[in-house]
Amino acid sequence: MKRLLPFSATAALLIVWFLAAHRQVSGLFPDPLQVLKGLLELLRRGLLAKYVVASLFRVTWGYSLAVVTAIPLGLLLGWYKRGERALNPLLQLLRPISPLAWIPISILWFGVGDVAAIFLIFLASFLPLTAAAMNAVRNVPPTLLRAGRNFGLSNPRLLVDVILPAALPQLIVALRISLGVAWLVVVAAEMIAVNSGLGFLIVDARNAGNRYDLVVAGMVMIGLIGLVLDLGMQQLEKMKALKWGYGS
Amino acid sequence: MTPPPKVSIRGLSMRFPTDGSVIEVLSSIDLEVKDGELVCILGPSGCGKSTLLNIVGGFLKATSGAVLIDEQEVAGPDPRRIFVFQERGVFPWLTVEGNVGFGLFRLGAAERAERIAYYVKLVGLSGFENAYPQELSGGMKQRLEVARALAVNPDVLFLDEPFGALDSITRLVMRSELLRIRRAEKKTILFVTHDIDESVQLADRVVVMSTRPATIRRIVEIDMSHPRDLSSPRYIALRDLLLGEIGLAHKI
Amino acid sequence: MPTRSDVERVLLPLGTAALAIVAWSLAVRLTHTTVFPSPLKVAAGLRELAARGVLWRYTGDSLRRVATGYSLALVLGVPAGLALGWIPALASAFNPVIQMARPISPLAWMPLAILWFGVSEAAPDLLIFLGAFFPIVVASMNGVRSVPAMYLQAGRNFGLSTPRLLARVVFPAALPQILVGLRIALGIAWLVVVAAEMIAVDSGLGYLIIDSRNAGKRYDLVVAGMLLIGAIGLVLDVVARRLERLRSVRWGFQGETA
Repeated sequence: MKRLLPFSATAALLIVWFLAAHRQVSGLFPDPLQVLKGLLELLRRGLLAKYVVASLFRVTWGYSLAVVTAIPLGLLLGWYKRGERALNPLLQLLRPISPLAWIPISILWFGVGDVAAIFLIFLASFLPLTAAAMNAVRNVPPTLLRAGRNFGLSNPRLLVDVILPAALPQLIVALRISLGVAWLVVVAAEMIAVNSGLGFLIVDARNAGNRYDLVVAGMVMIGLIGLVLDLGMQQLEKMKALKWGYGS
Repeated sequence: MTPPPKVSIRGLSMRFPTDGSVIEVLSSIDLEVKDGELVCILGPSGCGKSTLLNIVGGFLKATSGAVLIDEQEVAGPDPRRIFVFQERGVFPWLTVEGNVGFGLFRLGAAERAERIAYYVKLVGLSGFENAYPQELSGGMKQRLEVARALAVNPDVLFLDEPFGALDSITRLVMRSELLRIRRAEKKTILFVTHDIDESVQLADRVVVMSTRPATIRRIVEIDMSHPRDLSSPRYIALRDLLLGEIGLAHKI
Repeated sequence: MPTRSDVERVLLPLGTAALAIVAWSLAVRLTHTTVFPSPLKVAAGLRELAARGVLWRYTGDSLRRVATGYSLALVLGVPAGLALGWIPALASAFNPVIQMARPISPLAWMPLAILWFGVSEAAPDLLIFLGAFFPIVVASMNGVRSVPAMYLQAGRNFGLSTPRLLARVVFPAALPQILVGLRIALGIAWLVVVAAEMIAVDSGLGYLIIDSRNAGKRYDLVVAGMLLIGAIGLVLDVVARRLERLRSVRWGFQGETA
């Protein structure tokens, strides 16, 4: 019974969706079967694979660039109080600027294309990751630092052998959250700035002939991929070497 | 005619299923506690004494046997008997006053305020009424939890290694505080501890438990009046007796 | 007497800000760009927006949309999350749907929002609602689930009925985590409103940015709009963090000086 609960609730929702779709006046909103057919159509036309790859390509580049730059920068800022004092206000001001508000500038600098979208994703992940890495270092218990120094570790060794591992649990949480944000941004960016990817699929399917079955099919794919990305990051949190950081 | 016991534990056993096998934690425990008595349950860590206390408090159901309080079978937790936790269970989102008044929601505002004031004073937290637990020391938090329990005027208190996390000086102070409070408020107290000195200093009787499955090895009467002299021959003799029962040699 | 570190706390950020502005104007001058505005031009753009009255109107529009969508998410999301956290059967029934819907970019709902509500105020409100709703639900659910069993035991021991237990123990114990969720959701709402206004409506700060670009490449107004978005977002974040400093929830943030 317990195991069936998730399935039965999902099935019930699908049925409600089906019935709702058939009671509407406009006839534009698709039922689950039409969405499934839409997915198959996209698959057959080869668009599904192409757009999924396009979206993932942008996320991978933008996010990876953000990770390799933001984490070292954040660790350094967390370590050197002065650096933090100097740069933190600027970071705090830039952070709440919706990454999508950069779209005009991104297009101005990089033109309509992959690089513009990658830049937006980079921005969306870079700022929160830097702030998180900085805070993670600040939250390393001083006793651990003292213990490290006691064993005669030099500053660089201390950073690598004590601070990074101690900050890692918090960092992983931030990595997971910012990957979610990156996925959210790529879709939005593709709706405005480029002409491929799952976000573009959604806008295009609507504009070119009100194909709402393809719109919802695109949304389902976005949900599924987002879920897989999140589950992957959750696996990281479950690693034994990190588990201590998340309480019981 | 002797009065009926306040707490009566009859043939209590507890088994936990753990993947595949069944672990027996408690095995046929029989114990009677008189009204107003302070009984220490003494045993090594992990022997199942906390499980016993949780069953008596009504938080766990025993596999077999029964617990009677005032000749009524315990079916669940009850505000007439309050559990004071091993890890400090004060609510961090409430002030000292809020914590002490937590269980008094059935009373009118005036009576509530009066009771809160009384018990804050009794446990020596006057002046800290509006402080939050994180602003208090460990000993103060423990006293706050005792005050929260006493405020609802329970007949029985269950204390699960309440002073275990405190430093040894604070622990001594807290024990004499507990005895002082006990003189002011006659309560039946079941006190779980792994500290032999603690049991000799506090208890009327000490129930010595064996390791898993826990059974009662022996019940030792502490025939000393309060205040107890910690260097008297009798104290040392009782202490040695309990050390022997626990199975530890006299010398390290 | 201000100490040396106090002086640094004020001077260092001011110094960096000044440096950033100088670097920005130098970059504009050296590249001889005619499109990208200098800081002075942006300041002039801000004054122009204020003079035309759009500054306040658009800011008000964006804030009103966030307020509507976010309040709705708050009012529905917190109780839903509490219920899901408290009743395991409910959580296992709805978890697949929630996990699936959560990563769908709120912007991806745009076509459906327009289909259901037309190009109107309701479309951005729905997107903001969706963007804020899921983080709030998940934070509230996790908050309830991680309430220490000891607190529940103590509450029951004092004879609390289930509704009382929820109100007096579960909710306050989960509140720190809920507040973090609320702050994150507010940030997302602010992110979504800007994007929604770029696509769906013709007012608000998001519209200001896209319109300034499309109508005559006024990049000075684009950057002015971005700065406004940043400043307002910062204020929202600071206000949300203030809530986390209240004495009755501060216990939940030990070791988190962020």
